[in-house]
Formats: sequence, C-alpha cells, structure tokens
Amino acid sequence: MSKATTKPVRARAGRPHAVWALPGVLFFAFFAVVPMGLAFYLSFTQWDGLGDPRPVGLDNWQKLLDDPRITQSLWLTVLLTVCSWLFQTVVALLLGVWAAGKQRNRAVLSAIFFTPLLLSSTAVALLFYALLDPNFGIIQKDTLGSSSGAFLAIVFVGGWQFMPLHTLIYQGGARQIPQVLYQAAAIDGAGPLRQFFSITLPQLRHTVTTSSVLIIVGSLTYFETVLILTKGGPGTDTAILPYLMYEAGFKSYDFGYASAIASFLVVTATGLSLLLVRLTGFGTMRSTREGM
Amino acid sequence: MSHDTLPRPAKLREPSPPSGRTSRARRPWTRRANPVAGLGSLIWLVVVLVPIYAMLSASLTRQDQLLEGNPLKPPPDPTLDNYNTVLDSGFGHLLANTAIVAAAVVGLVLALSVPLAYVAVRTRNRWSGAAFRLFLLGVAIPAQAVVVPLYLLIAELGLYDTLPAVILPTAAFAMPVSVLVLTGTLRDISEELYEAMALDGASSLRMLFQLVIPLAKGGISTVVIYSALQAWNGFLFPLIFTQSDGPRVLTLGLFNYVSQFGVNVPALLASVVLSGIPIFVVYLVARRALVSGLMGVGGK
Repeated sequence: MSKATTKPVRARAGRPHAVWALPGVLFFAFFAVVPMGLAFYLSFTQWDGLGDPRPVGLDNWQKLLDDPRITQSLWLTVLLTVCSWLFQTVVALLLGVWAAGKQRNRAVLSAIFFTPLLLSSTAVALLFYALLDPNFGIIQKDTLGSSSGAFLAIVFVGGWQFMPLHTLIYQGGARQIPQVLYQAAAIDGAGPLRQFFSITLPQLRHTVTTSSVLIIVGSLTYFETVLILTKGGPGTDTAILPYLMYEAGFKSYDFGYASAIASFLVVTATGLSLLLVRLTGFGTMRSTREGM
Repeated sequence: MSHDTLPRPAKLREPSPPSGRTSRARRPWTRRANPVAGLGSLIWLVVVLVPIYAMLSASLTRQDQLLEGNPLKPPPDPTLDNYNTVLDSGFGHLLANTAIVAAAVVGLVLALSVPLAYVAVRTRNRWSGAAFRLFLLGVAIPAQAVVVPLYLLIAELGLYDTLPAVILPTAAFAMPVSVLVLTGTLRDISEELYEAMALDGASSLRMLFQLVIPLAKGGISTVVIYSALQAWNGFLFPLIFTQSDGPRVLTLGLFNYVSQFGVNVPALLASVVLSGIPIFVVYLVARRALVSGLMGVGGK
C-alpha cells in the first residue's frame, strides 16, 4: 500500500461523524436548554398555570428588585455558599489527603466516613429534622427556631451529607500525585506542612476546582434540606432563592414571578461557574502532568 | 498508586534531612504519623457516627418511651415494630419505582453520552467543540431554574404524574457531568490503537464497541454510579411532576411520611434507615466499583 492511500484512512481513523452527538445534544437541549429559555420568556409574563401567559413587560423583574426577600435571599445564598465551601473544602481536603494513605486503620475509618452517602438528601434532612427536634433531639434546644441556628444547621447538614463525596474526590486526586515529588521534597528537607502547600495543593488544583464547582452549584440549589428542615424559616431567614421560586410557583401559582426568580438563579449560577472556570483554566482540560 | 514499585536508589536516602527519621523516610508522605490529621479524622468520625447511632437507636425505641430518655442512651426495650409500620405502608412500591427510575436513567444517560463523548474527543470540528461547550456550561444549569417550564412541557406531553416525567429530566440533568467524565476518560485512549484498528478496516461503530467502550470502563462505571445516585437522590422533579401514589418514588415517599407519621419519630427514622439499605447492599457487593466510581466524579 502506498502512502497516498493510507493517509486518509489514518486521518479518519475512529473519527465518527458529528451526527453521533446529535441525539444527546437534542435530548439535553429539549429538557434543559429550551426550558431555560422558556423560563426567561415566562419571566416577562403573568401566568397562573391556566389559560395563556399574558405579557406584562418588566413587571416581574421590577417586583424582584423591590422584593426585600430577594435581597435577603441573595445575601443568604452568598453566605451559605461561602460557609459551605469553606467547611466542605477544608475538611474534605484534609480527610481526603489523609485517607489517600495506605495504613489499615485508614481503610476502616474511610469506610465509616462513607456512610452518609448511603442516604439520599431527603433522608439526611429527615434524620436531622428528627435529631434537632427540641423535645427529643440530641441538642435539647430549639436550634431551628433561631435564625443563626437554622442557618448553621443547613450548612452543617449539607456538609455532613456531601463530605464523603468530596473526601473521595480529594482522595482520588491525592493518589494520582506522583510519589517522586514527595521523595524529592523530602530529600530537599521539606517538612510535611511545606510538602502539603508546595506539592499536594498545587497538584490538586484541578480537583479543587471540580469539587468547588460541585459545592457552589450544590449550595445554590439546596432545596430539600431547606424545605424539610426549616421551610425557609424562622420567618424568611433561610428562604434561599430556589425555595422562594418554589413558593412563588407552586404555592402561590405565580409562574411569571417564579420564572423571574429562576432566571435570576441561572444568571447567578452561570456567572459563578464561568468565573471559576476562567480563574482556573478548567475549560482547557489540560493535564496536571503537563511540564513534568 | 503503588508506591512500592518506584525504584528507590539507596544512595539517595543518605542525604535526607537530619531530623532523625532517615530510616523511616521511605514513604515520606504516607508513612509518617501525623497527629493533627489523626485527631481531625477522629473528630469527624464522632460527627459522622453520633447521628447514625442516634438514628438507629431511636428507630428501635417504642414511641411512648422516646421522650423519657436521652437519645444517646440505648433503647430500653428494643423493638422492630417501627420497621413493620413502615414496611406495611407501601415501602416496597416506593422502592420498586425508584429502582425503575434509576435503571432507566442510567440506560438513557449511557446511550446518549458515550457517542457524544466519542465525537467530542475524536472529531475535532466546530460542531463537536460547540457540543462539548454546551455540556460544560450545562453543569451550571440548576434543575430548580427550569422546573416551571418543564412542568408545562411535561403536562403538554401528557406525562404528568407518570414515571417518565421523573426519568426524562433526571437523565437530562445527569448528562453534563457524565459527558465531562467520559471525555476525560476517552482522551487517554491512544491514537495508535485507533490507527491499528483503522488499518484492519474497522468502522467508527466497531471501534466504539471494540475499543472505546472496553477501554473507557472506568469512566463508564463512574457515569453509571453518578447517574444512578442522581435518580436515587432526586426530589424536586418527583415533587413537582408526580402527585399520586402510583409513580411515587422513595424520596417523595419519605417526605410524605413526615405528615403521615406525624409525631411518630421512631417510624420516621426507621423509614430513613430502610431507605439506606439498598445502597448499603450495593456498597457491600461492589464497594470498589462504587468508591472508585465516585472518585471519578472529580476527574480521573
């Protein structure tokens, strides 16, 4: 065979036509992207679910800007995201790096750390709903009755539930770090703390990004935890955006306003994720091995 | 991976730091006892175990005895009555529905995202790049944001209050992460393998089944576990798209127990324990696959 005939074969070797991607793209577009556009459209209408949506211009957005619960909820969301991120990242990073070791007791402890993952978010929320009950709970106080208590409970319950996932993610990341780096550092006289900050952390930068995106998007969308634990209360003190959207849409049947809140949520979530992707260069998906 | 397989020339060990741990410095990072990390992990152990213990203990307590003691004391007179109460109230039906949803979601996600990742990695053109970016951004679309229009869509399709109303959107929202995980895995398959198969005259379809899928097993098992857990955990879609007992899934059933059992906290907690058993069985049977699959959610 001459070069001229093998060349095109090589170029097309296992390169399926882009049409193969079409079913997946269309499916995702139909159930996620189009509804998102539709939500944006509905945010300029008034609609109670019966009849046709009636265009009302910017009314819903005006209402959104004037609604004191939205301002409160935005602040709450920021606080919740920051607290959850700090809590989960610090604990999961330390536990994950530690659990990446090989000792026998670590395997046993890791298995125990894993247990919250056996329960769904709903089950976890119900568990703490019962355990935080002022009458027979662990803490014999009305934790969920005070706004700071309710807020901390949500941060804690989210962390309790998702810590195993993030610990596993960090554990997986830490196992991939080439052992030579530590050996070289030890030869240079770097202590454990120095090794952690100069090798482990930089090597885990992609893992940190992935885990952070999951935490941030997750805490923007805590829903069942809030619905079951606090119902947004006391008052509206833990009413985060998704909860306000749910109330506006499926309790008050004001789908136009609910869609305005939903669109606002998308803008916030997308903005935050894009920022993270930009800051860390995650989009290029380069290997951490590069330059080694 | 295996730290022991790395050759360690003995002469390199000589100039290690003068801190008295020269002989034990073989695995400088994993071997050394780290008291701070050890203490931290013990604290977290307590944080994990106390709620689990309190849950198990309360679920075995008679309702009238619950208020008498500290929840951390073992039940004075253990009983399985609470579990029977839950099992008698249609728990099996909830579980069966959840299993159907999970299986369907996993099937759909795999069928749609494997070819997509194959194109995104292998076919470098405008369209495949755009498809990949669509899913990269899709990670950030919260399910809450689309639930109102989806409600409209589901009703128009005549799917309201059926299992497909839960299955279809759950699968769609599991896709972005699945596509990202799979593209990450597929990037590692070397060009030479494709070329070798191309010389044998293999089509893209044959390469998918004989090369891509076998070599992407790790990524695929991550996707299976991830999407099954999404289905297992799903709450918002069932809450809004279903109503009657027929298509009710486990999470929604648990939520309804709050009003159904009212103050019967032991029964409520028994239902929480029972809901964890299926995943526990999976964990016992396929611990390694489950753990490495979950690790894979964070990249390789």
